[in-house]
Amino acid sequence: MSLALAAVTAILFASGTWLLLQRRLTRIIIGIGLLGHGANLLLVTSGGRAGNPPILDGTVGSPAAYSDPLPQALALTAIVITFGVTAFLLALGYRSWQINSDDKVEDDLEDRMVARRNELDGPEGPIDDGDPETNEFEVEEDAQP
Amino acid sequence: MSTPLLAIPVVVPIFGAALSILVGFRRELQRLVTIAALSVTVVVSIIVLIRADEHGHLVANSGGWAAPLGIALIVDRFAAIMLVVSAVVLLIVAIYAIGQAGEERERVSFHPLYLVLAAGVSASFVTGDLFNLFVAFEMMLAASYVLITLGGRPDQVRAGMTYVVISLVASTLFITSLALLYAATGTVNMADLAGRLAEIDPALRHGFSIMLLIVFGIKAGLFPLFFWLPDSYPTAPGPVTAIFAGLLTKVGVYAIIRTQTLMFPPGDGGANWGDDVLLWVAAATMIIGVIGAIAQDDMKRILAFHIISQIGYMIMGLGMFTVVGVAAAVFYVIHHIVVKTALFLVAGLVDHRAGSSRLSSVGGLVRTAPMIAALFAVPALSLAGLPPFSGFLAKFALVDAGLSQGSSAIVAVALAVGLFTLFSMTKIWTGAFWGSAETEPERAPRTTDRFGGPPLMVLATLSLVAISISFSIWAGPIHELSQRAAEDLLNPAGYINAVLREAAP
Repeated sequence: MSLALAAVTAILFASGTWLLLQRRLTRIIIGIGLLGHGANLLLVTSGGRAGNPPILDGTVGSPAAYSDPLPQALALTAIVITFGVTAFLLALGYRSWQINSDDKVEDDLEDRMVARRNELDGPEGPIDDGDPETNEFEVEEDAQP
Repeated sequence: MSTPLLAIPVVVPIFGAALSILVGFRRELQRLVTIAALSVTVVVSIIVLIRADEHGHLVANSGGWAAPLGIALIVDRFAAIMLVVSAVVLLIVAIYAIGQAGEERERVSFHPLYLVLAAGVSASFVTGDLFNLFVAFEMMLAASYVLITLGGRPDQVRAGMTYVVISLVASTLFITSLALLYAATGTVNMADLAGRLAEIDPALRHGFSIMLLIVFGIKAGLFPLFFWLPDSYPTAPGPVTAIFAGLLTKVGVYAIIRTQTLMFPPGDGGANWGDDVLLWVAAATMIIGVIGAIAQDDMKRILAFHIISQIGYMIMGLGMFTVVGVAAAVFYVIHHIVVKTALFLVAGLVDHRAGSSRLSSVGGLVRTAPMIAALFAVPALSLAGLPPFSGFLAKFALVDAGLSQGSSAIVAVALAVGLFTLFSMTKIWTGAFWGSAETEPERAPRTTDRFGGPPLMVLATLSLVAISISFSIWAGPIHELSQRAAEDLLNPAGYINAVLREAAP
C-alpha cells in the first residue's frame, strides 16, 4: 500500500468522522460522503500494488505483474451503493429543510417528553399540560410545495 | 449437496418487485404479485429447510464459478430455519399491510420496496460470501430507508435521518473491515476466510472479530450501539415497524452468530477473552433495554426497547459457545421473530382502533375490543417468559445452558430481566386494556369494526399468534432442529468443506 494513499485514507476518515459529529445535517451528509470515499480507497489499496490490467491477451506473464481485480470490483459495487444512498440522504435532508427551514438535527421528541415528565408529573401521575408540542404528533402536511 | 434452489428466495421477490412497479397502476395486481412472490418464497424455503436438514448443507455456485472465486450460496440448518421463519413472517405482515387501508400503504412504491426488503433478508441468509452479505444488507437497508420515511411526516424524517446515518456508518465500517480482511487474507469467502484467519496473528484475528461484532452489533442493537433503534423504529407505519422489529435486527444477530462461530471459533489459543466479552455485552444489552422501556409511555416504544433486551438473550446463548447454549439462542431467535412481530402487529391494531398507541390516551380496550386484548395477551406473556408459551421454553433452554456451564451471574441477570419484561407487559395491559384514557388520542377512535379491526389485519395477527402457540406444542422437534443447527454451527468444518469441496468437482 502506498504511503500517499494510506495518508489520504486517514485524512478522509478523520475529516469524515469530525463532520459526522456536527449538528448540521449538510455537514453530516458531507461527512458520510467522505467516510465512504475513505472506505472505498482503503478497499482499492487492499489489493496490493498497482500492476498491469488483469486482462489475458495470450501473453501470460507472472501473476505478480498484474493488479488484483477483485478489490476494484468490490470498490465499484461499494461506490454505486454509496452513491445511491447519499442521493437518498440528500433528498431526506432537503425534505427536512422544507419542514423545519433549518438543517439542525433536533433531539428526539419522545426523549424530550420523557425528560420533561419528571417536572410535569405530580404525585397524581402524568398530567396533560396542554402544550401542543408535547402531545401532538400530527403536524400539517402543508409543508409540501 | 448442490442445488440451484437456493437462489429462488432471492430472485423471486426481486422479479416480483420489478413486476410490481410495472403494474403500479392497479393496486389489486400489485397485491397479487406481492402475495404470490412471497408465497413462492415460503414454499421454496420450506423445501430448502427439509433438504438442508436431510443433507446438512446445500450449496449453489452463482454463475457456475466455484468457490472461493465465485460467489457461493450456502444454506445450513440455521440459515434454512431463518429463511423459513422470515419468509412466513414477511408473508403474514404483507397480508396485514394489505388489510390496513392507509395513506402509506396506498402509495405505489410500498409493494416493490417490501419485496426488495424480502429479497435482501433472504440474500443475507443464503450468502456464503462476506462482501455479498454487505450487498444483501444494503439491499435490505436501502428498501428500509424508504419504507421508514414513506409519507415524509416530520417525525418520520427526523427518525429516518438517524436511522439512515447510523446504518451508513455501520456500512462504512463494514467496507473498512472487508478491506482490511482482504488485505490480511486475500479472500472474502466466509468458508475460505475461516481457514485463512486461523493462520494469521491471533491479535489481528481478535481485531477483526471485534470489528465485525461492532458492524453487526449496530444492526442488531447491541449495547452500547443501540441508541438509534427505539428512536427510529416506532415512527414507521405499523406493518413496517413490525417487520423491522421482527426481522432486521435478527439479520444482524444471524450475521453475528454466523461470523463468530465460523470465522472466530473460541478456544484456539487465547481467544477466550472474546467469549467473556460477548457475555458481558449480552448482560448489559438485556439490562439497558428493559430499564429503558420502563420510562416510556408509547406502546411501540416500550416494545422497541424490549427488542434490545431480547437481543441480549440471543447473544447470551451465543456467548456460551456450547451446543446447548447456541441451540437455545437459535430457538430464541425463532421464537422472538414471531412473538415480537405479533406484538407490533397488535400495537398497530391498537393504534388503528383507539387512534393512538400512547398508553395515556388509550384505555378500556379489554371491554371495547376483547379480540385485540386476547391477541396481545398471548405474545406478551410469551415475551415475558411465562409457561406454557414459547418464550418460557426459550428462556428455560437458555437458563439451563447457563447453569450447566456454571455461569450463574448471567443466568441471574436473565431471570431478573424476565421479571422486568413482565412488568412492562403488565404496564401496557393496565394502560391500554384496563383503565381509561387520560388524554385525547391523536386521531378519532374507530369503533365500527366487529373484531377490533379490519378482518385481514386481525386474521394476520391471529395467524402469527397461532404460530407462536404452535412453537410450544411442537417445542420438541423444533428444539431438536435447533440442536442440530447448533452442532453444525460449532463444528464449522462441515460448512467449510461443503463450500470448498465444490471447488474441485
